[in-house]
Amino acid sequence: MRFPRALLKALLITGFALLLPFAAFAGGEGEEGDVIKVGVLHSLSGTMSISEVAVKDATILAINEINAAGGLLGKQIVPIIEDGASDWPTFAEKARKLIERDEVEVVFGCWTSASRKAVLPVFEGLDHLLFYPVQYEGLEASKNIIYTGAAPNQQIMPAVSWLLQEKGKNFFLLGSDYVFPRTANKIIKIQLEAEGGNTVAEEYTPLGHTEYATVITKIKAAAPDVIFNTLNGDSNVAFFKQLKAAGIGPDDIPVMSVSVAEEEIKGIGAENIAGHLAAWNYFQSMDSPKNAGFVERYKAAYGDNRVTDDPIEAGYFGVYLWAEAVVKAGTADTAEVRMALRGVEYEAPEGMVKIDPVNNHTWKIVQIGAANAEGQFDILWSTGEPVRPDPFPALISPDEDVIEPGVMGPRS
Amino acid sequence: MRGLRSRCLTNLPTWSDMSLTTTAMQIFNSLSISSVLLMVALGLSITFGIMRVINFAHGEFVMIGAYVTFLTDRLLYDALGGGTWFLVALLAAFVVTAAIGYLTERSLIRFLYGRPFESILATWGLSLVLQQLARNIFGASNVEVRTPAWLQGGLALADGIQLPANRLFIIAVAVLCVWGTYLFLNRTGAGRSMRAVMQNRSMAGAMGINTAAVDARTFALGSGLAGVAGCVVSLLGSVGPATGQNWIIDSFMVVVLGGVGSIAGAVAGAVLIGAASPLFEFITTSSMGKVIIFALIVVFLQFRPAGFLVQRTRALEGQH
Amino acid sequence: MLDKLIAGPPSRRQYIAYGLMVGVLLVLPLFLSDFRLALVGKYLAFAVAAVGLDLLWGYAGVLSLGHAVFFSLGAYSMAMHMKLQSEALPDFMVWSGLEQLPWFWEPFRHFAFALPMAVVIPAVFAIIIGYPTFRSGIRGVYFSILTQAMALAMSILFIGQQPYTGGTNGMTNFQSLAGISLYKSGMRLGLYLATVVTLVGVVALALWLVKTRTGTVLMAIRDGENRLRFLGYNPVRYKLATFALSAGIAGLAGALFVPQVGIISPSSMSILPSVEMAIWVAVGGRGTIVGAAAGAVVVNWAKTVFSESLPEAWLYVFGGLFIGVVLLFPRGLAGIADQLRALWRTLPGRPAHAPQPQQRAPEPARSPAADGSRNHASLALPVVEPVAATAERES
Repeated sequence: MRFPRALLKALLITGFALLLPFAAFAGGEGEEGDVIKVGVLHSLSGTMSISEVAVKDATILAINEINAAGGLLGKQIVPIIEDGASDWPTFAEKARKLIERDEVEVVFGCWTSASRKAVLPVFEGLDHLLFYPVQYEGLEASKNIIYTGAAPNQQIMPAVSWLLQEKGKNFFLLGSDYVFPRTANKIIKIQLEAEGGNTVAEEYTPLGHTEYATVITKIKAAAPDVIFNTLNGDSNVAFFKQLKAAGIGPDDIPVMSVSVAEEEIKGIGAENIAGHLAAWNYFQSMDSPKNAGFVERYKAAYGDNRVTDDPIEAGYFGVYLWAEAVVKAGTADTAEVRMALRGVEYEAPEGMVKIDPVNNHTWKIVQIGAANAEGQFDILWSTGEPVRPDPFPALISPDEDVIEPGVMGPRS
Repeated sequence: MRGLRSRCLTNLPTWSDMSLTTTAMQIFNSLSISSVLLMVALGLSITFGIMRVINFAHGEFVMIGAYVTFLTDRLLYDALGGGTWFLVALLAAFVVTAAIGYLTERSLIRFLYGRPFESILATWGLSLVLQQLARNIFGASNVEVRTPAWLQGGLALADGIQLPANRLFIIAVAVLCVWGTYLFLNRTGAGRSMRAVMQNRSMAGAMGINTAAVDARTFALGSGLAGVAGCVVSLLGSVGPATGQNWIIDSFMVVVLGGVGSIAGAVAGAVLIGAASPLFEFITTSSMGKVIIFALIVVFLQFRPAGFLVQRTRALEGQH
Repeated sequence: MLDKLIAGPPSRRQYIAYGLMVGVLLVLPLFLSDFRLALVGKYLAFAVAAVGLDLLWGYAGVLSLGHAVFFSLGAYSMAMHMKLQSEALPDFMVWSGLEQLPWFWEPFRHFAFALPMAVVIPAVFAIIIGYPTFRSGIRGVYFSILTQAMALAMSILFIGQQPYTGGTNGMTNFQSLAGISLYKSGMRLGLYLATVVTLVGVVALALWLVKTRTGTVLMAIRDGENRLRFLGYNPVRYKLATFALSAGIAGLAGALFVPQVGIISPSSMSILPSVEMAIWVAVGGRGTIVGAAAGAVVVNWAKTVFSESLPEAWLYVFGGLFIGVVLLFPRGLAGIADQLRALWRTLPGRPAHAPQPQQRAPEPARSPAADGSRNHASLALPVVEPVAATAERES
């Protein structure tokens, strides 16, 4: 035992000494000219990886499809993947690395609002381009970010109106304690006031909270008509399991969720959420040839047990929207692509999507579904056609609105 | 900070809001939380008591137990009808995590004896590796564990009071675990040697007890209990790579509060924290509840720095 | 020859070596891109914090697993200043419905207030937390676990107070510092140089401190607190002062961190970053000051390199690194050279029955801080008793 242990140490030291500089230079230099480099920046480790890995997969799928079809402008797209590690400063660091060191043309990534806010100064400071695939709280319209998820008026606000009409007036607002639920609830409260509804209680739990017995006790005491749920991630699993165990079903108090999609249902368990509601722009159950092909290819690439959902689809079509703009501009150059993106359209799995030339958000169809026993959604209601995105709803931003990408002005 | 306080105060429900039913439910809820904490903390407490090793990867044994439950669900759900698969899962979670715990002790932990600080770092590294491993094996997203039919629904006591069956079950499992551990430690030879090592390692060694074997066994037992906890938390929350992280800090608090290496202390600590968190969450908010609990623990330790119940020894600096 | 630089009290040759290291840091900007320079600046800010933690852990034997809180309090002070530089009312206050700047934000407009506060607030907070805990005799890992819970509680508190702290998002999108634009050419370099100067100053302070009588008392606390108490010292006062000093240094590090990285959020003050801080010190070598600083740089550099080259598997390497360091190099980087030298002596042509110093290597590092009751060595035992010397005696 003596000799090998000593030797092991020596080997390890030498190993590290050799590995470090090697790793430092690996992948640094490289292919010039006939490829287009793009960055993919999601959390592959840490708490957010439960959601973000699937979006990264969808982005890579789209890139591979474009490459298989001959690439873009005759060039292959090379994705450079970075791990944001669920840590906001890391997101900022990696974004800078992708832009300055790897010189990518565009970055696809981020999930949480916090990570987006962290990279925003980087993208604005270096005048670059980010595709952000997740619905969020609005109140932002950077000229350097293309928002392919829903703005508040494409998810939260229609859901509130629909609930008022179909389910009742008394809302219990439950959310994780961070910016999206807090801002969303602010919008909801104003909207309820304007449309004759009523907020019976508002409750926040820390991110990752898993004990909902107390909250459920409060819900029972408040006896609302609906629960508007802006919980994020793991907490949803605990909440729905414990809600069902407490004997509250969708017929008693329906829950409308805006952060629970097919991917999350896999963790929650279909039987625990069946009958409850969700508002999204895309459901895997949408019936169109375009969507059928997308679902099939996604499953073929990553396994039959995988599902697609709204952010996954947004991560996927974002690449195609960018590719359309590259073709339109005739170059992958970031500044020119950004101009070309204004008003660009693409037939996505959810239907036609279009970048709004004024606020850089995406025109999207809005739908409400009820979860079924198979872990999918039965679509109950749909706008039928894309809705114009409005990141600054007049309800909470009465004086100001976006007048062109990145510029605020008085509301007209 | 004036604005801050008044903002909180407006949210405060008054005591009269807590009707009898609500109070009953709260007590019941807190018992079920205590139960999970207790199962996690028991393992932590005895491994620290015996080996002076702080195991930060203990939460990952909870995670392993949860994933074992998931695998049992996938393999046996159809083969064993009627939800008996869950009992199999409970046993499997114990056996598998205990086995993995045993291997961990033999390959890593035994080098860390009496080095609590270093053990924090090494087991932290282990926890990173185990989480990443889970991510690569089972995928980054959460997986579903179905609740067996006999654990759905609940026991209606009176109007409006329904005790969820899954929580009843968790309390029962925790009681069995504590009882079993107590019997094991006090009525069996292996358990008695464990206690001997915990109280005086060198003396126990001199009396012919194979302390290395006892260490491995103890660690396996602690891990196994965490595995059982992992199995039952799949009834309450998510099963994913981060599952263990949700419980580990609170469990450490239980150990600190209860005193190291004492079953009764762990029970007292778990009941106290389990009871206090829902109470403070109810009268303030979930976020503020956690902060208040922390402040109270600091205050409590002013009076009992070594926790509720502590092994009496003559050693002057025995409380590390 | 790393051991010569790090272990033991510095000699003249070591001062020359330190000078060379500082020289390298000073000319580094000539060779690095802006992006890499900012990264090195971040590592050096971490190194400042590591030195502070090493004073506390390596010398006084008190491991705080909540040091990221102090680091972040310093960072938040500076961030509040920078936020007020560009926005009359910070954006998150607008979203949260605040119409007026809270009174405690007001003085942070002035750089001359924000900078000292970055040190004072963490130090005062450390005293508030430390006084009751030290006084009631909470020691060792109990203290560590308690500080860890503090880190969790503080991050939850900061997340929950969105109108005042920016919530989960924290604070970002800074434009200028003390009236100078962050994007101005030369600003990055200036921040980098300020970090280098601070690091040198803090290291010098620490090296001086541990040589004084106070330093000896600290080590005595680590090695046998009760014995010291019987000699008539009051360990609480010393521990508290070191805790506050260490927290202040961490706060200063945070103040240097935030303008270079451009964001501070509650995730930076939680458990994970706190444990990482302890890991920097452990990797560098506990109780070696310069080693701790080197550890911070090396660990973070390794993290950057591995996460860039192996984005999907770097956690294995990183986690393995911690396990490996603790098992194989219990005295960290500072001990590696010693161990290598000892190895060199035992390998070629040594008789097989020669005692193996490697197996004893954990002993000197383990006993002082980990378990006072086991250590019967003298009070002033130097932390890093060179293993090479032991080896010489025995072989």
